[in-house]
Amino acid sequence: MSNTTYTVIFYLFAAITVCSAAFVVFTRNVIYSAFSLLFTFFGAAALYVFLSADFIAVTQVVVYVGGILVLLLFGVMFTNSIMQAGQKSEVLHIIPGILLLFGMIGAMLYTFYTTHGWMPSETPLQGSIVERIGFETMSRYVLPFEMVSILLLAALIGAAFLARFDKSGK
Amino acid sequence: MEQLTTIGLNHYLTISAFLLGFGLFAVMTRKNAIVVLMGVELILNAANINFLAFSKYNGGMEGVMFALFVIVIAAAEAAIALAIVINIYKIFKSVDVSSIDTLKE
Repeated sequence: MSNTTYTVIFYLFAAITVCSAAFVVFTRNVIYSAFSLLFTFFGAAALYVFLSADFIAVTQVVVYVGGILVLLLFGVMFTNSIMQAGQKSEVLHIIPGILLLFGMIGAMLYTFYTTHGWMPSETPLQGSIVERIGFETMSRYVLPFEMVSILLLAALIGAAFLARFDKSGK
Repeated sequence: MEQLTTIGLNHYLTISAFLLGFGLFAVMTRKNAIVVLMGVELILNAANINFLAFSKYNGGMEGVMFALFVIVIAAAEAAIALAIVINIYKIFKSVDVSSIDTLKE
């Protein structure tokens, strides 16, 4: 792939990610935010491929798009009546929010672009990293891996317990 | 121009700064609890982009592994948070985070 094509595709995915993230935040309709979040997640997955983290990109699509986004949509549809048109979500603290938005982005960009000290390694990650992730998971990171699996089990049981339909109550 | 056409670390950091800013904005200004959760997911994605960018240009695997764990924790967080939101809706008949102030005098 030539360098120009690479750059153009990168900017395309970067624009998709940032613009859909902005739409998530600035639209007032909750359903639109949820569907716009889909594009943000896909754009982020594409950026992960650019960062040669292909396994993370696939995990992102499976977990975020297949799991978390569906959960969020369920939440939206449980807690709002879809039929009433134009359900808006109210905003509060709009002025401090905008100040924080521009202050945060401006401060971070200023820091990034005035720092001249990035020293990239001679051997950046190249190609597929699935095999290396397998080795790392089963050697250095085996304890966090087991802990996170137990945490996930506990969290899912807890979520099912919290959200269960209570027949006896009331 | 050279800065713009060769994709480097700063490009990824810029995208992640934008995602973090939008996520903070959503968490701070929206009343609907579900949109607040979406803001949290945006912030986690921004952190993941940073981890992976630094990991790529550093040549190590630490950032990649951390990003994987961040995704798992985000899944757990979303499940628990949605359960809590549904309970709040059962009790208060609304998911407006500014109206849930029973502890206030």
